[in-house]
Amino acid sequence: MSKKKEQNMTQAQKEYQKFAKEREPKRPVLKNCSKAFIVGGAICAFGQILQFAFIKYFGFTEKTAGNPASAVIIILSVLFTGLGVYDHLGQWAGAGTAIPITGFANSIASAAIEHKTEGYVLGTGGNMFKLAGSVITFGVFSAFIVALIKMCLVWLGVI
Amino acid sequence: MKKGSQSWVFNNNPVIISSAAVGGPFEAKGALAEDFDLLHDDIWLEQDSFEKAEKVLLEEACDIAIKKCKLKKENINFFLSGDLMNQIITSSFAARAMSVPFLGVFGACSSSMEGLALASLIVDSNSADYVIAAAATHNASVEKQFRYPTEYGGQKPPTAQWTVTGAGAALVASKGEGPKVTAATIGKVIDMGLTDPFNMGAAMAPAAVHTIETHFKDLNRDPSYYDLIATGDLGSIGHSIASDLLSQHGFNMTSNIFKDCGLLIYKKDQPVFAGASGCACSATVTYGHFLNRMRKGELRKILIVATGALLSPMSYQQKESIPCIAHAVSIEM
Repeated sequence: MSKKKEQNMTQAQKEYQKFAKEREPKRPVLKNCSKAFIVGGAICAFGQILQFAFIKYFGFTEKTAGNPASAVIIILSVLFTGLGVYDHLGQWAGAGTAIPITGFANSIASAAIEHKTEGYVLGTGGNMFKLAGSVITFGVFSAFIVALIKMCLVWLGVI
Repeated sequence: MKKGSQSWVFNNNPVIISSAAVGGPFEAKGALAEDFDLLHDDIWLEQDSFEKAEKVLLEEACDIAIKKCKLKKENINFFLSGDLMNQIITSSFAARAMSVPFLGVFGACSSSMEGLALASLIVDSNSADYVIAAAATHNASVEKQFRYPTEYGGQKPPTAQWTVTGAGAALVASKGEGPKVTAATIGKVIDMGLTDPFNMGAAMAPAAVHTIETHFKDLNRDPSYYDLIATGDLGSIGHSIASDLLSQHGFNMTSNIFKDCGLLIYKKDQPVFAGASGCACSATVTYGHFLNRMRKGELRKILIVATGALLSPMSYQQKESIPCIAHAVSIEM
């Protein structure tokens, strides 16, 4: 909580918050991290296997095999979202399923399904990027900043 | 009649002549399944949206309550109802189908007891013979409005709560057989500066404590007057906070009389984090489980303290704290 907000609180509020905090169960951080590590790692390992398979059996190169491998993982993630399994997996695995590309696909698919009742245009179309929108906005913005920095470094002759 | 600073005493004995509780599939697997009048095995209730399903739950609860005492919709003078949807559409749309003069109430999850207190006041003042007080929530429609899409795989903390899918209705009449509403205490909005929407129990506990203490003071009672005092949906964290605060303030609330509807409705092995929540939590547990126990003679005097967190998805994004309220209604056999 910000310092300014804390100053605005009354003594009773501060005391109560301390009182309530003591009774609040802590998030099991270590357990959550281990689960996230195992599941997230497993998803990435599975992606790697797919990539090797695309190189070995379908004639892709190391550079091009990433795309079809990601596509397969995205399709599976969307499928699990639609079947109603992904949210349970997410509750168990936490960041393990949220951080890889699967989490991004799930955030879009889940919002699309949820708002279908408001119609395809205003519902699905309008709300699909409700959660993913900020990832795209800040992703594009950071890419722009990084490109600017690179341009300046090239211009200065550093790289 | 007003008594003390914020309580009403009902001298004309408004009586709950019938009540009904309707639930969804998750409630059917819960600990109080037997006390529901109707349980659905499909969360959609054959509707094409969760909002419509919620409306159907409310309509069914009212219909069952009316049928139980062999009345017709035309006999009902007023319909008071609340829910958590924007502009309380569930209640208004159910009222459209019922075609009974309607007053919408909003006190978040405290709407159930807000409705019952007002319905009793209307009947007590001889302004009506039959008034229905009802409340409904649907887990998926509430998740959609307040949190994330239902299929989104975000991880919830252990302090989160599970919104009940269901509806409860009570038919309050000027005469008849059944549990009587004897008093009500209307709560103040209390804000202790908590901001976490995934920990509503801790935010609401001070409101519940304030209303309970004021109730005892206004009516000159103490906890031993009641066989059971139940908070609406504080969950495990909020309820233990409320219990500790009350004992600090000199009220001895033993664990066999001080309960929480949010901790009773589901079984221990159901994944509901800190407990249940929603308007339907206190409504179904009170109008189903508790009133059934009163009719069986297991309970004689109960106090229901429904708690509500008066936040909106926009208010917490704008970093506002969570104002909370609690209304208490005393029901005696």
